[in-house]
Amino acid sequence: MSSAAPVFGLILAGGASSRMQRDKAALRYGGRTQLDRAFDLAARHVPRVFVSVRAAQAADPARAGKPLIIDAAGGEGPIVGIRSALAEFPDSAWLVLACDLPFLSDGTLTNLLRARDPARLATAYRSAHDGLPEPLCAVWEPAAGAALAAFQAAGGRCPRKFLSTHDALLLEPFDARALDNVNTPEEYAAAVRALGPMPAVPIQLKIQYYALMREQAGRSEETVETAAATPADLFAELTARHGFTLPRERLKVAVNSEFCDWSRALAAGDAVVFIPPVAGG
Amino acid sequence: MRFRFTTAAIDPETARRELVDAAAGACASFEGWVRNFNDGHEVKRLEYEAFADLAVKEGERIAAEALARFPIRHALCVHRIGSLAVGEMAVWVGVSSAHRGEAFDACRYIIDEVKHRVPIWKKEHYLNGDSGWVNCEHCAAARSPRAAVRAGD
Repeated sequence: MSSAAPVFGLILAGGASSRMQRDKAALRYGGRTQLDRAFDLAARHVPRVFVSVRAAQAADPARAGKPLIIDAAGGEGPIVGIRSALAEFPDSAWLVLACDLPFLSDGTLTNLLRARDPARLATAYRSAHDGLPEPLCAVWEPAAGAALAAFQAAGGRCPRKFLSTHDALLLEPFDARALDNVNTPEEYAAAVRALGPMPAVPIQLKIQYYALMREQAGRSEETVETAAATPADLFAELTARHGFTLPRERLKVAVNSEFCDWSRALAAGDAVVFIPPVAGG
Repeated sequence: MRFRFTTAAIDPETARRELVDAAAGACASFEGWVRNFNDGHEVKRLEYEAFADLAVKEGERIAAEALARFPIRHALCVHRIGSLAVGEMAVWVGVSSAHRGEAFDACRYIIDEVKHRVPIWKKEHYLNGDSGWVNCEHCAAARSPRAAVRAGD
């Protein structure tokens, strides 16, 4: 059995943003652009991330600082961006994300990558609204390249239609609103309101790991961007990412080098340590 | 400073000098050594690791508690971290006081609390090549923390 292709990240930022009437990639939430948020989110899950753009956008300052994959295949739309990435790195699978998913979470990506079936052409979620495949938060396998080319040659343009008619693994939604996209000024205003007062505004935390936790996380510290409001939420999120074996009941937690309660409110810049059962002496 | 870590071998003579007091008629100390077996496994060496910032705070709190609970003069705990061979000293606790009773009691209190509360971890490397974090992996589920403290003495 051949091993699965490595997964790289592709953030689609080549859209015309016609309904929004301004560049969607540059919309800001909590001071950061959608493109930066999507890029950083993907970078927490895969080793390399690229931004998919049209040739005309390659010099745009919001995009130029990032590794780009410029549309090479003819035509327009997301299929062209996905095909261009598959052509540039034919041995890689791609975690393809639209840049306009403000509610997208680490949990949704962790779950997607864990459930991924590399033997299919793609692994995607079903829409929480209509049950149809969501092509723009999905893993596209190398073999999808030729199938997409044939689909496009036959006049196909819609990646959702492609997934509905080809061999794709479809997952139930992990979080009902994670894939809600934002297309109009009204939807943007609503998303800002929804994210604003909630802990969903991501904060950066420094996590230090010791002993068994360090070995299971594969690192002694990391900086994470998270919407976790408490150490309990954070532990659940990081357990999903690192596969910690100890249940929370057996651990203590410290924030800023002092023991604290699992329900303490976390703030940006906090240093968090999960403390497995101790064994001094 | 009543609690500290060292990466070098603990020297009990040096530590003991910090307890000297003209009003003390007694000094009790405890040494924890690396033993060659645990839970039926033959142990080759131990690796100690600590979350130093919090461990020193918690260790200082334990020493302060001992000074408040028992009529003693001085207390000190030195804990080794790093890789230790069988026979090496992992921890030293010393207490000086006017009389022996409270010196023994306070010394016992400090080592028991240190084992139970201070964020220090111990990985055992066995002769058969296996290894495991004590209280986290092998036989951990069956033990209460208190029982583990006694079994580890």
